[in-house]
Amino acid sequence: MEKMIISPSPHIFSGDTVQKRMRNVLIALVPAYLAALNYFGLGALAVSLISVASCVTFEYLINRFLLKRPCTITDLSAVLTGLLLAFNLPSNLPWWIVIIGALVAIGIGKMAYGGLGTNPFNPALVGRVFLLISFPAEMTTWPIAEKFSAHYMDALTGATPLAGIRAGEVYNYMDLLIGRIGGSMGEVSAIALLAGGVFLIATKTIRYIIPVSILGTVAVFTAILHAVDPTLCADPLTHLLTGGLLLGAIFMATDYVTSPMTPLGQLIYGVAIGLITVLIRVFGIYPEGMSFAILIMNAVTPLLNRLTPARYGAK
Amino acid sequence: MKTFRRGGIHPADNKLSAGQRIETLPPPAVAVIPLSQHIGAPAQPVVAVGDYVRVGQLIGEPGGPMSAAVHSSVSGKVTAIGEIKDAFGIKQTAITITTEGDDWMPEIDRSGQIKPGCKYSPEEIRQKIADAGIVGLGGACFPTAVKLNPPASCHIDTLLINGVECEPYLTPNYRLMIEHSEEIMVGITLLMRCLKVERALVGIEANKPEAIERFEHIAARRDGIEIVPLKMKYPQGGEKQLIQALTGREVKSGQLPASAGVVVINVATTFAVYEAVQMNKPLIESYLSVSGLNLLKTGNFKVRIGTSMADVMERVSGIPEDTGKIIAGGPMMGRSMIHVNAPVTKRITGITLLSRQDALRLEPQPCIRCTSCMQACPMGLESYLLARKAELKDWEFLEKHHIMDCMECGCCSYVCPSHRPLLDCIRLGKATVGNLIRSRAKK
Repeated sequence: MEKMIISPSPHIFSGDTVQKRMRNVLIALVPAYLAALNYFGLGALAVSLISVASCVTFEYLINRFLLKRPCTITDLSAVLTGLLLAFNLPSNLPWWIVIIGALVAIGIGKMAYGGLGTNPFNPALVGRVFLLISFPAEMTTWPIAEKFSAHYMDALTGATPLAGIRAGEVYNYMDLLIGRIGGSMGEVSAIALLAGGVFLIATKTIRYIIPVSILGTVAVFTAILHAVDPTLCADPLTHLLTGGLLLGAIFMATDYVTSPMTPLGQLIYGVAIGLITVLIRVFGIYPEGMSFAILIMNAVTPLLNRLTPARYGAK
Repeated sequence: MKTFRRGGIHPADNKLSAGQRIETLPPPAVAVIPLSQHIGAPAQPVVAVGDYVRVGQLIGEPGGPMSAAVHSSVSGKVTAIGEIKDAFGIKQTAITITTEGDDWMPEIDRSGQIKPGCKYSPEEIRQKIADAGIVGLGGACFPTAVKLNPPASCHIDTLLINGVECEPYLTPNYRLMIEHSEEIMVGITLLMRCLKVERALVGIEANKPEAIERFEHIAARRDGIEIVPLKMKYPQGGEKQLIQALTGREVKSGQLPASAGVVVINVATTFAVYEAVQMNKPLIESYLSVSGLNLLKTGNFKVRIGTSMADVMERVSGIPEDTGKIIAGGPMMGRSMIHVNAPVTKRITGITLLSRQDALRLEPQPCIRCTSCMQACPMGLESYLLARKAELKDWEFLEKHHIMDCMECGCCSYVCPSHRPLLDCIRLGKATVGNLIRSRAKK
């Protein structure tokens, strides 16, 4: 008889893998990606391919030559970072800026801390905020939504709803819902993002607490401000459907590594992100505050992780 | 349907042998009977080499207040008393008996007739259980007589009967519930009498409809016994989880289940109690299932304790070529064996085989903090953190974060998408923290 394998229990496993989790998130991003291709055409295709390819390449190169560690690109986390970064960029962003963003996201946002699992900040947001501060003009001129646009860097540009509202423009909810608006390529179609969110919660890839608490807080807070002064703050529905709120709440704030782990921690984190986002949007100099709010709360996450879960027999 | 509140997982139950009747194996040619088949001090031998013993005769008496008696499962000559290597490679003392015929102690009733009436006092019942060497057959092997004698400070109001058998593959409890439902029901009334309680709840998981139906049918004729079908979820057979599922009560950290006013007894143990009290039969047989996806034939067997597991494996036409792991018990909490040339003990509730392919663990990846382990932990512990802190040898932190509450059910390791050896690390931490607590208590 051949020698038996000896190991402590348990002897069977669920078969779940990091790759499967990442694949689920990628699947959940498909509707929003199709919407992006529909509205921004060639630009969306170019930016997303450049971003994903650069993120994967940088992770491979850094692992191979700097960290001298085994290759990790097969876990699909670099693909996800690349796609999420692209979703947070205007689709007319010059290719070389996209590559810089990918380098910052993977190099500084992720690998500098040791790779997947140890990064304190959401890598895609680190990349996006770096670009927003370094290239404010390029990062805030968004192409207008145009069916199957054949333009990339030469696309016609316009304002996003949140900036437009500040300038006094009026938007109808249907456009906001389906995404016939200007904005970063992945944030425009609310309905597509929601579909992805439902998929993630249904497959238990993410818990509902973070997205629901963010969206709930934004709705309540903007409703109060809108009631106080409609010129100061747009109505809650407009806020919910615009400015990457859904993209952030469903896909960015729920990043496993950088969000709190206990239900209570997740609730506090979600509420705080909602509050900070509205404060920035209504009172800050940026019309959109989601990225900053998430990064700020990423920094608080280690503290929130000190909250312990409810134990059996603790009472 | 009821279940426990926190955590838990849903592994494929693979109850392949559920439809097989219990088959009785003949007495082995040689029985090797270990003296330590329970938690606590090993039994002390009361026979010598060359002695003739009969089936059911006491051969080892309890080695202390927390110990259990051991009886001969065969008749014949004691040929050796000495060290053996058990299925896990651990040395322990065993009595070897070479079988001659099948000569039972005269007081044992072998008629098979069901005796429902009971004339014994609670103390007499407990004494008979202790004399029969009965231990918890759900896996922990805690001496049952000790369990039935809870501290005076605890007021017991309910007896809980564990018919959950939530471990994948295992089916001996299920078969016992079907083939010996009447006896088990009498056993329950004996236990109720012993504990002086008016109420007993029998928890059975929903994947055993036939057992639920039979028990409900019999329970309808008796007062105070209620059958509670439970929603399938592992580890519902864990004592604390079953208490919560059946009564809604929680056992406080570090306390005995008795502090919640309940005593939990497994159905196989209840059957052994019936046989001991009504038939004067000590615990000399083990009911076990042999199962595995790579086996052509699975089965449930009634085996004399001391029979080599290799003999049991012969009944299912041996160990297949592609077997990678042989587990004593089920795949969630069972222990992997180094060989099968070791005796069946009171502890063995099943032999589960995994193919080489299924037995391999995947390479661990970095923790991505997905919280799956925390969500799966039935005790509400931060498994990922305990595992990490155990690696870092931060014992103080582990103790403060209730590592001793872990019951090693394995849910955390089971769900981890990064295949981290969470429970392996937590076990090491638990062992060290347990030693620290004990050495502190001694001072």
